Amino acid sequence: MSEQHIKLPEGSIEKTTTTLNLGPTHPATHGVMQNILELDGERIVSTEQTIGYIHRAFEKIAERRPLYQITPLTDRLNYCSAPLNNMGWHLTCEKLLGVKTPKRVDYLRIIIMELSRISDHLICNSIVGVDSGAYTGFLYVMQYRELIYEIYEEICGSRLTTNIGRIGGFERNFNDIAFQKIEKFLKEYPVVQKEFENLFTRNRIFMERTIGAGPISAERALNYGFTGPNLRAAGVDYDVRTQNPYSSYEDFDFKVPVGTTGDCYDRFLVRNEEIWQSLSLIEQAYKKVQEFKGAEAEIYHADVPEYYLPEKKDVYTKMEALIWHFKIIMGEIDMPAGEVYQSVEGANGEVGFYLVSDGGRTPYRLHFRRPCFIYYQAFEELTKGAMLSDAIIVMSSLNLIAGEMDA
Amino acid sequence: MTSDYIKQKLTEKFGEQVIGFEESYGMMTFESPKDINLKVLNFLFDSEDLKFRFLTDLCAVHYPDQKGREIAVVYHLHNLEDNVRLRFKVFADINKPDVYTATGLFSSANWMERETYDFYGVNFIGHPNLKRILNVDEMDYFPMRKEFPLEDQSRIDKDDEMFGRGGTLGFGTEKTDHGTLIEADKNNIGGEIV
Repeated sequence: MSEQHIKLPEGSIEKTTTTLNLGPTHPATHGVMQNILELDGERIVSTEQTIGYIHRAFEKIAERRPLYQITPLTDRLNYCSAPLNNMGWHLTCEKLLGVKTPKRVDYLRIIIMELSRISDHLICNSIVGVDSGAYTGFLYVMQYRELIYEIYEEICGSRLTTNIGRIGGFERNFNDIAFQKIEKFLKEYPVVQKEFENLFTRNRIFMERTIGAGPISAERALNYGFTGPNLRAAGVDYDVRTQNPYSSYEDFDFKVPVGTTGDCYDRFLVRNEEIWQSLSLIEQAYKKVQEFKGAEAEIYHADVPEYYLPEKKDVYTKMEALIWHFKIIMGEIDMPAGEVYQSVEGANGEVGFYLVSDGGRTPYRLHFRRPCFIYYQAFEELTKGAMLSDAIIVMSSLNLIAGEMDA
Repeated sequence: MTSDYIKQKLTEKFGEQVIGFEESYGMMTFESPKDINLKVLNFLFDSEDLKFRFLTDLCAVHYPDQKGREIAVVYHLHNLEDNVRLRFKVFADINKPDVYTATGLFSSANWMERETYDFYGVNFIGHPNLKRILNVDEMDYFPMRKEFPLEDQSRIDKDDEMFGRGGTLGFGTEKTDHGTLIEADKNNIGGEIV
């Protein structure tokens, strides 16, 4: 049949490559993002990413909200580890307001932050497993993510988008069930993690799928603004927890694991090792928390009534708490003017908050540094010349969270 | 490395052009004219003892009251070896927000500049692919600028019974000295930012 019978788009006969649309709702993208791959056979010639499908204008919305109402917005950035974002936001506010938190609060925060780091990493790593054809690990670790979510539930009442903590501390003290569940997690999870690693780390299929897939050199990774496990897999030992310690991380003893090649396998190993380090951090923090006795063991927030939203039961029964509650909610307390940048080590890297305040009760400008957004642009460089199946596995091992990317 | 040392180095190189040095919550901040932003970034990057080679963040801030310098482009730089952070600003006129791109120096600046363009309309000269990234391509305004206030929560010209404004519940229809609240509010829409 000749061209006279079928009208084809211009240039489509001469074209030797295939265009493949991956996303925005493809199951392998694990989120709403689009990749347009240009393929030569099964080799990737070029890629183009489209993001913004779940952009919710958080930065704009934040300009009309008082500080304590911005916490739920941060939940929805990286929703696999919402408490890390919450804590980052509280620390930013505390830095601006000059609030100093008691040690016990810091340690409780570390327990929560490291738990959420574990929950994030184990999802990412098990998804790498799923994308390379091993579903078992994913289902197995889900049980323990559930346990982590139950711990959140005991502390703040919600599971995924936690809105945990307040400026100055927590909304209530950890109850006994929460501590029991943390103990249970510390006792049971190491065995599971070991088993999970046995399933993958020296598995020949897994190794062949991941070694050499999507490598990046340390220099390029830095130039691309990589942070977190993805940067450490490339061999740079940059970790906000050690470089700019916050929340008393300087009191703890832990290692920062690094890789060498920055490929999917190294990213997997680095995340696994970070899970072990997080377990050790939780254990240390738990011990330190147990050392507080008597009245000290009841401290769960800083003594800053002008910023700390009082507990509801106090609001209903105590005059002073009611007054402060009213003042905070009605916006009678202004924040100081100034510019603050505070970052925390999120699950994907440095989660930063740039807060510009001109006084008043709402931020003048708030910018989130979202690690996902910054390192996703390296995707083309990571996958050029690789196979289509590598693109999938690179995507999952970078741990791309659409919520964080699109803000 | 102290802030004074960085300041001294910068003043040695650029003289009167780098101004506004201040220490804000532990981070040194300074600004320069927008024409030399690349020179400053290059100097900070290449200098053997400054080594600000990691671009942590890039964003813009809109100050509608500062005539002629409404848009601030803010760079957060990090010297990873000595662990020093730095904030560097350039200001541009909103009618001609042209700033040189930093993509030649930092690959990470690519999307961050696209985001800044998307929300503030900063035109990064020399950017390889300056188009919208998070908003739809058809959008014809820059939504993070201050002239686009978020909807006023007390607005009552909309009929939205379920959320307590307008509708048959009578909220907002009471007579006041200024006539009905609805009329008063109509003059106010899009006005004041709380």
